[in-house]
Amino acid sequence: MLTKRIIPCLDVKDGQVVKGVKFKNHKVVGSILDLAKKYSDEGADELVFYDISASTNNTMVSKKWIEEIAKNINIPFCVAGGINSIESARLILNSGADKISVNTPAIENPILINELAKAFGSQCVTVGIDSMQESDQYIVYSKTGNVNTSFNTKILTKDWIIKVQELGAGEIVLNCMNQDGVKRGFDIKQLNYMSDVINVPLIASGGAGKEIDFFNVLNNPKISGALAASVFHNSEIQIEDLKNFLKQNNIHIR
Amino acid sequence: MKIGIVDCGGANLNSIYYSLKNRLGIDVVISSSKNELEKTDGLILPGVGSAGVVMNYLNDKKLDNFIFNTNKMTLGICIGMHILFDSSEENDTQCLGIISGQIKKFISTDFSIPQMGWNHIEGLDDYKDLSNYYYFANSFYSDNTTRAFGYSEYINKFTSIVQKDNYIGCQFHPEKSSLAGENFLKYFISQI
Repeated sequence: MLTKRIIPCLDVKDGQVVKGVKFKNHKVVGSILDLAKKYSDEGADELVFYDISASTNNTMVSKKWIEEIAKNINIPFCVAGGINSIESARLILNSGADKISVNTPAIENPILINELAKAFGSQCVTVGIDSMQESDQYIVYSKTGNVNTSFNTKILTKDWIIKVQELGAGEIVLNCMNQDGVKRGFDIKQLNYMSDVINVPLIASGGAGKEIDFFNVLNNPKISGALAASVFHNSEIQIEDLKNFLKQNNIHIR
Repeated sequence: MKIGIVDCGGANLNSIYYSLKNRLGIDVVISSSKNELEKTDGLILPGVGSAGVVMNYLNDKKLDNFIFNTNKMTLGICIGMHILFDSSEENDTQCLGIISGQIKKFISTDFSIPQMGWNHIEGLDDYKDLSNYYYFANSFYSDNTTRAFGYSEYINKFTSIVQKDNYIGCQFHPEKSSLAGENFLKYFISQI
């Protein structure tokens, strides 16, 4: 039986790992390779490196640190940020990343998802979605790496989720922006609402604060994994302890 | 000892390269040249691309016969395992025909496809001690039982390790499966 995945996310800015609250006020939390090795050794199932400077500054993520990660860690990792073409995706995959994740460039050019899936296979192609609740609707936001560029696309999150799957997305990371960085638990309501229309692995993101939050979200059979950043970076939750807690509560965990 | 990673035309050949070279300290070369690969002691068919693309590439490079006829220990990973079979439902592809049977597509309305993540393998015989969790990323699978040395469960029971003579196939990615994967690669290397 497939296990649920615990995925630390490392937001990378100018070559260092950073974390902000609600996508603002980024603080440096450590070096990329040190944190990657630490999480891998502690039992993380996968890592996501999200270059938050890439999409908003219109620059490509640097190939060198991806190679360093690939040489040193033995679990899968995904690179996100500024990937807007087959060529840029190929560069990252050839550097040793297992998956690429697209967000803003996919909104600007949805057919990119299809081109990437055809070129590299759906299993390499994750689509990241930043979703914000506004009154009674969930809306996709774009260019969320910087508060000055972040904007409402007016696309309903559910419509976008359906579309990216039709185009060949192999996995969806749904970042629930209202919950991001505030540690009050994952947005179970939104995730459940979206999970009806999702046939690819769904990774929950935004809001992890306590071990019980992971239980509450991973208890849904439609959710394949949970992604978090600050609770791991601040050592508020140790991955080994978290996995033991989930195992004791009958969540299927490696 | 030197291992040849067969360049099958896909991206991300470096994952398996780094795993062998940087983490296990094995001499390794990536090549699509028959002459170059002939000089190695064991072959790896890496797990990237799709069955159709990989077979076309191998046919173009005249590597299909080379792989079919080799006596070297050969490890096929994921797609690299699929092409050892007669055929694959992926792109309706004729494969190398080293192991009989067809690779099938997972079908389910309840489970997400691809299978993505860590699943358990129950190893048999020589592979019993390698029973562990490994990392999978696949939409296609084998239900071969005659050459099966490891089974897993996702949607249905499927074959996660096969072996026939000098050919070993694994549905998972040992290069991404932490220490369990490294032990699996060490086992393959020990057979060379």
